[in-house]
Amino acid sequence: MSFDLIMAQLFAGVALGAVFVLLSTGLSVIFGMLGVVNFAHGAFFMVGAYAGVFILALTGNFWIALAAVPLLVGAMGLAVERFLVRPLYGRGSDYPLLLTFGLGYVLVEVVRILFGSDGMPFETPELLTGGIDIEGLGYFQTYRLFVIGMTGLLMLCLWLLLERTRYGLIIRAASRDPEIVAVLGVDVRRVFLLVFGLGTGLAALAGLLAAPMRTVNPEMGVTVLIEAFVVTVIGGMGSLLGGAIAGMLVGIVVSLTALFMPEMSTISMFALMALVLLVRPYGLFGRGVLAR
Amino acid sequence: MAETLLQVRDLNAWYGAAHVLQGISLDVGKAEIVALVGRNGAGKTTTVRTIMGLIAKRSGTVLFDGIDLMTRQPYERFALGLGYVPEERRIVPGLTVRENLTLGLLAAHRGAAWEADAIDAIVTRFPRLGERLNQEAVTMSGGEQQMLAIARAMLSQPKMILLDEPSEGIMPALVDEMAELFIELKRGGMSLLLIEQNVELALEISDRAYNLDQGRLVHEGTSAELLADEAIRERYCGLITEHHDGA
Repeated sequence: MSFDLIMAQLFAGVALGAVFVLLSTGLSVIFGMLGVVNFAHGAFFMVGAYAGVFILALTGNFWIALAAVPLLVGAMGLAVERFLVRPLYGRGSDYPLLLTFGLGYVLVEVVRILFGSDGMPFETPELLTGGIDIEGLGYFQTYRLFVIGMTGLLMLCLWLLLERTRYGLIIRAASRDPEIVAVLGVDVRRVFLLVFGLGTGLAALAGLLAAPMRTVNPEMGVTVLIEAFVVTVIGGMGSLLGGAIAGMLVGIVVSLTALFMPEMSTISMFALMALVLLVRPYGLFGRGVLAR
Repeated sequence: MAETLLQVRDLNAWYGAAHVLQGISLDVGKAEIVALVGRNGAGKTTTVRTIMGLIAKRSGTVLFDGIDLMTRQPYERFALGLGYVPEERRIVPGLTVRENLTLGLLAAHRGAAWEADAIDAIVTRFPRLGERLNQEAVTMSGGEQQMLAIARAMLSQPKMILLDEPSEGIMPALVDEMAELFIELKRGGMSLLLIEQNVELALEISDRAYNLDQGRLVHEGTSAELLADEAIRERYCGLITEHHDGA
């Protein structure tokens, strides 16, 4: 087995991991703060890819789609939180879980009706086709580099938002103790709303970024949701850093097993999860408090 | 009693089917300290939580500075000048002392310079917090955390603070310091509604007191009267000795 091939697969794994990171970040932030296990998250990922297809067909410009998709689907997330999830707060976590589970199915059916059941190709934007050949290291596809770079940049922005701004302070405090934040004068419902919108927007962006690397079809959110849950569990529910590290880890493990033992690649992440949970039952960076 | 700031009438609250507050009426005047005493489970905490808007199922009226609070969210009650220091302090884990204090300032939207001044002022008042501004707040002692919780509620300069068992689990020297602080706040024109297991302390620093039992008011009067009256003192004394045995 050549070094080049391993490098290429490692690189593909990091790009795959980047998509996992974006996806699981939204899932994790929504869970950490709202206590909602969002089963519609995969569907929002898929809707993001289709929204990209639609805007691309309309404008022919990938960059417009890149800016518009997270905003549009994020706005959809705002509406879902405001009108569907909010009435269920304080009734136990199974209510929002069942609601989002059903919502996921509804979104898949709606997309089937609008776009059909068949997969659609998603062209890599022209500017990002091709690759870079680094002597001695291997060949790196520009688009994958772009996905990795975008993810890195977004995670940095998110970290700055959480750690360096007043809004971030509110989000961090409200994810630990929403009631205290409320009695100190913050409208926690609005914070919940924005966090749900943010998480949904990230899922949609992940869907759009992943689209050129896989085919776009109505079921693309189903497997990816499971993968995102695995990443979130490995990283520790509610932990941003944990999600980022676990996302990369899972991407790399899946890609490398695909190289050495292709038949094992789909279950390798579950093996990794079992291994991590044996050693750290709350995930790599979990706080150990899952119930609220 | 001075001009009324908080007026509670016929307050009822339920946890599911359990009718835990049954027709509580009480008043707190401007610059007055009112103590709420009673056994564990009497409904003291539920009373202040209902006043703060944290109990979903409730009825009755709560007027604060002439404004009806019952339909308002907790954050709106805070904006009207009602502060709350819950039991067990509720210092946010993972946040530094400074960040916990900043939480008490965010809703004011007065800008960074004003916030820095407000924190400077509070640090002058609580030097121990000043030494630990960048320390994770939950690593401080119980007494220091309680001071932080009170400071956090004071920062926005509310008209009134609801205090739920501030002296619980705190060493006596700090309890005295806290009592001085409450009297100082009162002199500054602030009102306090104080839940205390330490009835002796509560009656010493408060102007008036209400005794709750099983979700109802069973007695009220001025604190001096209650301390002086043998019969009543006897009744409250049960609480006093109970507390001292436990402490």
